[in-house]
Amino acid sequence: MNAQEKTMDVTLRVWRQKGPDQPGRFVSYAAKGVTPEMSFFEALDTINEGLVAKGEDAIAFDHDCREGICGTCCLTIEGQPHGPDQAATGCQLHMRAYKDGDAITIEPFRARAFPVIKDLVVDRSALDRVMASGGFVSVNTGSAGEANAILVPKDKAEAAMDAAACIGCGACVAACPNASAMLFVSAKVSQFALLPQGGPERDRRVLAMQRQMDLEGFGNCSNEGECEAVCPKEVKLANIARLNREYIRAMFWSHEVHPKVDLEGQEE
Amino acid sequence: MSLKLDAGIPDGPVDKKWDKHRFALKLVNPANKRKFDVIVVGTGLAGASAAASLAELGYNVKVFCIQDSPRRAHSIAAQGGINAAKNYPNDGDSVWRLFYDTVKGGDYRAREANVYRLAQVSNAIIDQCVAQGVPFARDYGGALDNRSFGGAQVSRTFFARGQTGQQLLLGAYSALMRQAGKKQVQVFPRREMVELVVVDGAARGIVTRDLTTGRLESHAAHAVLLCTGGYGNAFYLSTNANSCNVGAAWLAYKKGAGFANPCFTQIHPTCIPQSGEHQAKLTLMSESLRNDGRVWVPKKKGDNRAPGQIPEAERDYYLERKYPTFGNLVPRDVASRAAKQMIDEGRGVGRTGLAVYLDFADAIKRQGQAKITEKYGNLFDMYHHLTAEDPYRAPMRIYPAVHYTMGGLWVDYNLMTTIPGLFCLGEANFSDHGANRLGASALMQGLADGYFIIPYTLGGFFASSKLAKVDTSHPAFKEAEQSAAGRTQRLLSIKGKRTPVSFHKELGTLMWNNCGMGRSETGLKEALAKIPAIREEFWKNVVVTGSGAEFNQTLERAARVADYLEFSELLVRDALERRESCGGHFREESQTPEGEAKRDDANFSHATVWEHAGEGKPPIENREKLEFKDVVPSQRSYA
Ligand SMILES: Cc1cc2nc3c(=O)[nH]c(=O)nc-3n(C[C@H](O)[C@H](O)[C@H](O)COP(=O)(O)OP(=O)(O)OC[C@H]3O[C@@H](n4cnc5c(N)ncnc54)[C@H](O)[C@@H]3O)c2cc1C
Ligand code: FES
Repeated sequence: MNAQEKTMDVTLRVWRQKGPDQPGRFVSYAAKGVTPEMSFFEALDTINEGLVAKGEDAIAFDHDCREGICGTCCLTIEGQPHGPDQAATGCQLHMRAYKDGDAITIEPFRARAFPVIKDLVVDRSALDRVMASGGFVSVNTGSAGEANAILVPKDKAEAAMDAAACIGCGACVAACPNASAMLFVSAKVSQFALLPQGGPERDRRVLAMQRQMDLEGFGNCSNEGECEAVCPKEVKLANIARLNREYIRAMFWSHEVHPKVDLEGQEE
Repeated sequence: MSLKLDAGIPDGPVDKKWDKHRFALKLVNPANKRKFDVIVVGTGLAGASAAASLAELGYNVKVFCIQDSPRRAHSIAAQGGINAAKNYPNDGDSVWRLFYDTVKGGDYRAREANVYRLAQVSNAIIDQCVAQGVPFARDYGGALDNRSFGGAQVSRTFFARGQTGQQLLLGAYSALMRQAGKKQVQVFPRREMVELVVVDGAARGIVTRDLTTGRLESHAAHAVLLCTGGYGNAFYLSTNANSCNVGAAWLAYKKGAGFANPCFTQIHPTCIPQSGEHQAKLTLMSESLRNDGRVWVPKKKGDNRAPGQIPEAERDYYLERKYPTFGNLVPRDVASRAAKQMIDEGRGVGRTGLAVYLDFADAIKRQGQAKITEKYGNLFDMYHHLTAEDPYRAPMRIYPAVHYTMGGLWVDYNLMTTIPGLFCLGEANFSDHGANRLGASALMQGLADGYFIIPYTLGGFFASSKLAKVDTSHPAFKEAEQSAAGRTQRLLSIKGKRTPVSFHKELGTLMWNNCGMGRSETGLKEALAKIPAIREEFWKNVVVTGSGAEFNQTLERAARVADYLEFSELLVRDALERRESCGGHFREESQTPEGEAKRDDANFSHATVWEHAGEGKPPIENREKLEFKDVVPSQRSYA
């Protein structure tokens, strides 16, 4: 039953950078005997195996689940965060997208807020700090009421889930000409704005997250739409519109005055 | 036997034990909580929920993970759902039934008292998650929706599309980040625990390696919680994420923590088959798919027509045929073995013949494509991305793969290991699933441990222990750092010819062939002879490039493979010593005439707890006898 597999040879032009403060450059590697069934990352694995066997440093790249859910992988492939496939992460890309002789350029996600650690690995901890500023519902363990006591209309729950599907990879930031994190922030703000559970902290959340986003050096949104185009989870621009509405609402209606938002002791 | 295995199960009726125990546990004065430092290793469901809840109580928490963000722990990948005994569908569920199903599903190799408690707190988990804003699926009335899941005849599984683990973890992560914002938790991402520090017999800290700089760091605390996940990657190919490892648990074992039932590993029936040699991991297709998908192979051997060309009459829906009551919903171990049987008979499908079909044609006809998309859309997409085949049109091809590990560090009723002050939560411990875990019960257990058990039992430990002041200037930390540094140095200095991955593959292949779905005395003895040889070659011939003072994934991998090369031997030994079949552990010598697993309660109704006896010495076998008072063991039958 074992049908002959087609193979191909491709060249990967990979960004190599020893460390955060060192200059980087592109280095070309030949990947030979690649099969269409192979994932893009397995092609990288093959190159790395060859490098290590020769005693050379492997190409550093972040990956973990390899099924598009953990948000760890962060490669820009041919100028596209996560590569050519729509609604997919880099780890879901397969070599059948390429043909024999192709040369493929790979860089890390690029953004001011994501400094390079090594080769294709970047530091995205800024996103965690944005979450720490307000991306939660303040409910201590044990204090929750009966789950079905608050009914949530199905369409609201589904829309909240659409926003909550964000994997926090940062592709939206990497794709944005301003390196803005608006899509990321708007996904969280939307999820909670759509659910009754998010109600009580609605104003504080949006003000705090927006502020932290600015502090981290992310840029502003100028409606380029690049973020939506690369989002592997198809988080929609409409969330940014909702974020803006939430922000304006909070600014005008909230008793809390921006920017003196109570960041829950964060600035003690 | 030399370990003291007192599980500390409270007496009284099973349904009163936890209440009684909670009352009996001493409390830490609220003003004193801030004087206790707690280290939590791992930020999966178990670790994130524990760290957040303990911080809310006022303890000083430090939390560590390998990934660049706590949100990326392996729990994020769980798909299908989480169980609870809410009985919203009014279909006969109850705490007692969830308890019963879990004990039976585990093939009577779990502790009754723990399982009952798990079922008891399950409902509070759902309440907590909903309050955090977890967007569970809902029905048109706005109430929470449920589905049935492998092995259960009631609909007790809560889900968020096919991304339940992601949503639950993001809930726990946001609770954790809220505490990080309040400075009640310090988060240390990209840190790998490389030593456990034991002072005066109690766990008092850890040494971590900063994965970006290679720097070793010491952290002292009054207690250490290992929430480090399972060891499925011992088999190389599994559904586990790349960074899943046995390292932390193995360090603890070597420092005196008992390791229980390492041979209880779970092979999941519905994964996407391997496509070639290059394969780095396997992808799960959630078990929930078996609610609507029908499993079949051709009746004829070697029938390589396209599935659509095979008429109904020539298909064998073997699960429905063999198990008319449960049909496609039999537990995982049963479904996996049945698939293996079909393949061994030469009736496997696809290019490699190593697959069976999972067919949605009937469900799509009955419910419409839109409904199927609503339930499983992201899983169908995932399948499509991986295989370039459209499961709406042609059946999926699936094959069993290593998925979950029921074995783990032995813990008592308080979730404490045999090392005082060292606790173990989530998949890393052995406590609740016996020899087989039911679908949607791992998420439940991880969150039960973290949200609702450890906050009580850790307080009890602090309130009743006298812990001397220990900080990182204690010589034990220096020693631990030296030992960790020595190990790194040793790996770097070999400069051999073979990559760490090549050893991992070799080990994994051996484990899968000899200690996978079917295990025999001959195969296990062969593995026991071969593992030390692979290990020996590893330490002579591995090549680890780069240095220890930088971001170095080759080094990380090598260290994890080194652990697996030791740990696998224990796993195989455990499989050899357990001369019965139970749950996921199938000894070919012990089966019923129908080919089902045959337990031997007279000789094996115990947890086997292994104790490290020193380098190069065979480990010591200890036993915790299991007693069943409320669920009478019977031969499992799903026919
Ligand atoms: C694909 C897939 C689907 C699944 N679907 C379901 C499902 O639908 N329902 C269900 O109930 N269960 C499911 N499971 C099982 C379930 O997801 C896991 O058992 C559970 O999430 C484990 O959680 P955990 O918190 O114990 O560990 P993990 O989530 O594995 O987290 C381990 C943590 O420990 C850290 N860590 C490990 N070692 C170290 C170290 N040495 N130093 C520092 N940090 C360390 C890691 O970085 C990570 O943060 C699924 C599993 C898989 C693989
Ligand atoms: S590795 Fe997890 S999303 Fe790519």
